Amino acid sequence: MNEDTIRQVLIEHARLGTDAASVGAQADLYAAGMTSHASVNVMLGLEDAFDIEFPDEMLRRGTFESISSIQAAVGSLAEQE
Amino acid sequence: MTQDTATPETAASADSVTTETVQADAPKRELTDRVTEAVTVAAEHADVVDRDGRFPIEAMSAIAELGLLSLLVPSSEGGEGATISEVASVCRRLGRACSSTGLIYAMHQNQLAGLVRHGDNERFAAHRRRISTEQLLVASSTTEIGIGGDVRRSTCAVEPDTEGNFHLEKNAPVISYAEYADIIMVTARRSVDAAPNDQVLVLVDRSATSLEQTRAWDTLGFRGTCSPGWILNADGSIEDIMPQPFERISAHTMLPCAHIFWASVWLGMAEESVRKARVYVQKAARKSPGKTPPGALRLAELGIHLQAFQSYVTDAAAAIDANPPGSDELDSIPFTIRMNGLKVYASEQVVEIINRAMLITGIEGYREDSELSMGRLMRDARGAALMVNNDRILNHTASLELINRRGTK
Repeated sequence: MNEDTIRQVLIEHARLGTDAASVGAQADLYAAGMTSHASVNVMLGLEDAFDIEFPDEMLRRGTFESISSIQAAVGSLAEQE
Repeated sequence: MTQDTATPETAASADSVTTETVQADAPKRELTDRVTEAVTVAAEHADVVDRDGRFPIEAMSAIAELGLLSLLVPSSEGGEGATISEVASVCRRLGRACSSTGLIYAMHQNQLAGLVRHGDNERFAAHRRRISTEQLLVASSTTEIGIGGDVRRSTCAVEPDTEGNFHLEKNAPVISYAEYADIIMVTARRSVDAAPNDQVLVLVDRSATSLEQTRAWDTLGFRGTCSPGWILNADGSIEDIMPQPFERISAHTMLPCAHIFWASVWLGMAEESVRKARVYVQKAARKSPGKTPPGALRLAELGIHLQAFQSYVTDAAAAIDANPPGSDELDSIPFTIRMNGLKVYASEQVVEIINRAMLITGIEGYREDSELSMGRLMRDARGAALMVNNDRILNHTASLELINRRGTK
């Protein structure tokens, strides 16, 4: 369910060159066309969708590199709440 | 291009501390003395370089002869292992004498910073050795027609053949001192299928590059930087594609170092204008000891602005020296915001300070034929806000501010 939500946020905000619905979970989103500007919108979209707040130390390129890394980040924040 | 065999000592990685190796040549003169000599040459020709809009050949030749082009290269590769702060200081001193020389030097050093910090293979070590031995000048082509100042996107792409070579064609609105460079670093998409932001940085030899001029360089200031528009066609080896993605090279080194080195040149320009204002006020004071001349109060104000400018620049240089490539801090939002802010602030302050200095010197600064002339400095200063438009930078920072979380807990 998390993955679907993540994909939905990517569809809306990531502006990938490929279809965000079918991009691989390990695929490099930056290589797929997500600019740093788009990644800001993705971060905001994820915070809104999951009602979470990324702390400063998680606001790194690596956190948002793939669906799988996003899922891990979102999961770790959900556990803390 | 021959590839040197590996040297006995460990090849210096881009961000390790290098130990001094025994030099076969006589030890170089003190860096400060060598810079003084280069600055003197630059000052001597600054006015004619500006008037004629020509390359500062005398200053750049002196800089090469004094071995100042390879300061950032590790000693083990023929350089001097200088820090970003040390090189920024050279940019600043050159900026006091000749804005164009300072900027050319700053742009070259930014390319060197990229090569030193991210060229982590033997091929690029050989390039660094060659640059050091032969004092080669390195130019840069990032902007592209149709994309403007967004250096993180390209239309052109590396086109490899089947023999390990590539061709690259780029339509560049400006390439500074391209005709005078020995090497040009060019950004391009990784391949014809790559996304616009999936970029690499490629080293091309000037000798393997054809340049077709599309636009002249006849500008208000920085006239000696010789930055016409060019259609660049280059051939090279795929081994001359930098091993790290341009995105990383840009974020960790080239964006912060460009801003630090440019801001240092602009700081030097501002300092020169304040020096002239001080000369004017002190001359007036000698004429009537005991009476504070009118400009002294304005000079007092000016000194405060200059101090703040100096602190922002030197602080930023220290920050990048404290965070070698790969440091988490370099990816952080606050660091990026700070480096963006440096450029915006410095480009505004250089104009503001020179304006105020001219008010102090009055007609002596307004004249073109006076010891205290401010005209060239003032015209040059206007270019700072435009080389990558400040609005573009501020918009980038604005989007980062939406998720800037540091210092809020």
